[in-house]
Amino acid sequence: MVIPNSLSLIDIPVGDSARVVNILTIGANRRRLLDLGLVPGSRVEVIRRSPAGNPTAYLIKGTLIALRNEDARQILVDTN
Amino acid sequence: MIKTASLPVHGQEATKNFVIALAGNPNVGKSTVFNRLTGLKQHTGNWPGKTVTRAEGTFFHRNRHYTLVDLPGTYSLHASSTDEQVARDFICFARPDLTLVVCDATCLERNLNLVLQILEITDRVVLCVNLMDEAKRKGFRVDIDMLTHKLGIPVVGTAARSGRGLSRLKNVLDDMVAGKIVTTPQQVVYDPELETSINEIAKRLTPYLPDWINSRWAALRLLERDYSVLDHITDNKNKNYSPRILKKEVALCLQ
Repeated sequence: MVIPNSLSLIDIPVGDSARVVNILTIGANRRRLLDLGLVPGSRVEVIRRSPAGNPTAYLIKGTLIALRNEDARQILVDTN
Repeated sequence: MIKTASLPVHGQEATKNFVIALAGNPNVGKSTVFNRLTGLKQHTGNWPGKTVTRAEGTFFHRNRHYTLVDLPGTYSLHASSTDEQVARDFICFARPDLTLVVCDATCLERNLNLVLQILEITDRVVLCVNLMDEAKRKGFRVDIDMLTHKLGIPVVGTAARSGRGLSRLKNVLDDMVAGKIVTTPQQVVYDPELETSINEIAKRLTPYLPDWINSRWAALRLLERDYSVLDHITDNKNKNYSPRILKKEVALCLQ
């Protein structure tokens, strides 16, 4: 499913936050992201990027979680 | 009969060792609860993967012996990492007398995911909402009675660092083991199409599963194509049914 003009988590600058709209992966990877608290509707704050720019640390439901940019790209968000 | 029931426990009851599995998300104070209950000085610390394998300790309460097994902290029980597999296999296949889930009062939303997953495996669960002191400091009010009501299992609020709530927790664990508490665990209901498949598979699976494996849970794992549960099928009920044949049959079911 491709939503035109949609933002992914990777597009959110450090210090900003966004709300999860959808997760594009399936199977075990999707399950993993859901278990980490990345469910539609949950708010994610971008805390910092590692020196190499990958991974990035996100604050999700009270816990700091590092995600690879490849995974963050699969997470669609809106900034409202 | 009625008279003997109120006497102190003797004989087999007194020598039996009750096993309690200790589960929870990483960094919720599981090891602190473990140390408080057992008096052991297991190392506690704030980094991921600290409890690499399981640690065991014992305690004695109201005339009963308990072995507490500290499992690695996990966000889920989907066996996608070694930690999760250790925790899941113990809760599911080692058949502890009960599972004590510790969660963080300051981020319940994150923690309750694991609680619901454990309730899909077993109804012998007590929830310990830890870090109540920190929650209070942050201005959260945790409604323990509401949680008890919604989850259908005993819930105890604790502040393990200072020891608050621990004696009540021990009493609740004991009441559970003694069969004084009946749980009615909250079950996750999936969408109708999935529920139909779950029920169909569970019904077919039940005769071949040992009665201590929840067939609904087993069906859910099979639907996720996690076949490890089939290794626990007993062949004494039906010698012709091997995990291999069942796997094939399940695959047909899923088509």
